[in-house]
Amino acid sequence: MVTDFSVSILAAGSTTLLLALCSIVLATAIGLAGAFAKLSESRTLRRTASVYTFVIRGIPDLVWMLLVFYSLPSLLNQMADAIAWDIHFEFPPIGAAIATLGLIFGAYMTETFRTALLNIPKGQVEAALAYGIPRTRIFLAIILPQLTRLALPGFTNNWLVLAKATALASLIGLHDVMFRAKGAAEATSMPFTFYLVAAGFYLSVTLCSMIGLSYVAKRSSAGQKELAR
Amino acid sequence: MNWNVIAENAPLYLAGTKLTLFLAFTSLAISFLLAVPLAFLRNNERPGLRYAVSAYTLLFRGTPLLVQLFLIYFGLAQFGLIRQSFIWPWLSSPLVCVLVAFVMNTTAYSTEIFAGALRSIPVGELEAARAYGLPKRKQATRILVPAMLTRSLPLYGNEMIMMLHATSLASTVTLLETTGVARRITLDNYIQFEPYVTAAGIYLSITFVIITAFQIVQRRFAGYLEPRSA
Repeated sequence: MVTDFSVSILAAGSTTLLLALCSIVLATAIGLAGAFAKLSESRTLRRTASVYTFVIRGIPDLVWMLLVFYSLPSLLNQMADAIAWDIHFEFPPIGAAIATLGLIFGAYMTETFRTALLNIPKGQVEAALAYGIPRTRIFLAIILPQLTRLALPGFTNNWLVLAKATALASLIGLHDVMFRAKGAAEATSMPFTFYLVAAGFYLSVTLCSMIGLSYVAKRSSAGQKELAR
Repeated sequence: MNWNVIAENAPLYLAGTKLTLFLAFTSLAISFLLAVPLAFLRNNERPGLRYAVSAYTLLFRGTPLLVQLFLIYFGLAQFGLIRQSFIWPWLSSPLVCVLVAFVMNTTAYSTEIFAGALRSIPVGELEAARAYGLPKRKQATRILVPAMLTRSLPLYGNEMIMMLHATSLASTVTLLETTGVARRITLDNYIQFEPYVTAAGIYLSITFVIITAFQIVQRRFAGYLEPRSA
């Protein structure tokens, strides 16, 4: 029985990982946009980005999840009612969870990428502009490779926090590792055993990520270390 | 919109905010007292001690706080030995379980923050203390601890905010702190928007106060660490 339940808990690992991967992709996209907005010449963009990071980081993850899953559809439905539009909004838990985690970690990524961008010497971009290299190529060939290396420690940190934050999605009904663990705990009288299985899952995700990303860090700073020596 | 429901329930929100602040600051205060000595052990010469502390911080930083909370609140009831022991009356109370989980969790993070700061103190400061013949105890209390704490300020400020936000998990084990209050009002009144938005506003205001306070403290005590402008 313990084995059956454990297998079912770990099988839900695919849901947890899917949620984590989709969220990190969304967060990275938002983070890049946010970082460029924060460093842009336009005052409105800078202000918007600052308000975004402040509001996101000032409210707990769980509250954000409840806001996106319960409050947002309710607001949309009220608005639809007001204009007599016959439609009913309801988000699937996985969609709401990806949107929430993407938005939250997008704010953390914004800060990570902003610091990394600031550490790329300005002269490089100026030289490229002087040579008339198009902006997209400047980004892909000059900024991106250095950004990867400089932002990696912060990125790793954000990913580790995000992977654990996915557990909150069980509270809005997503059938992830934590949800199955709760189910198993309630069906048997062995809550400790099954929550421990869930803990083991998250710990192994953390450990694998740490090992994998430290390998990436070594690779992306390979040339760097030789120069420094 | 149903903002009058929120106005009617203002006393509930007030009590919830008080509980939120109580949970956050009690956990932080206890964990501070534990994390300072643990940070020294984390950098101890003896590998046994060092590894024991790193194993603890890895376990608590590598798993979600929600899992840790459920392991303590729901999990411990699995063992008859604990249920019959004298500590059971305490461990069956959600408040105690929440505090135990929060303290264990935030101590792990604070320990790593302090230990990292300890490693970044310039060797010269310690060498100077040794050259003046300060006894070991005084080296720690006069030189290392103050230098460690000022260097930890920015990261510790973040950890305080993380802890404040983590208290929202207490609502999952029936405690009526800010998020718990919001959840209860949504269930009692069948409204989904206003209660959570109010809770979000409360957290945002507290965060704002903490950030401002930290900036003042940092300018006052850690100003000398800032990069000098030419």
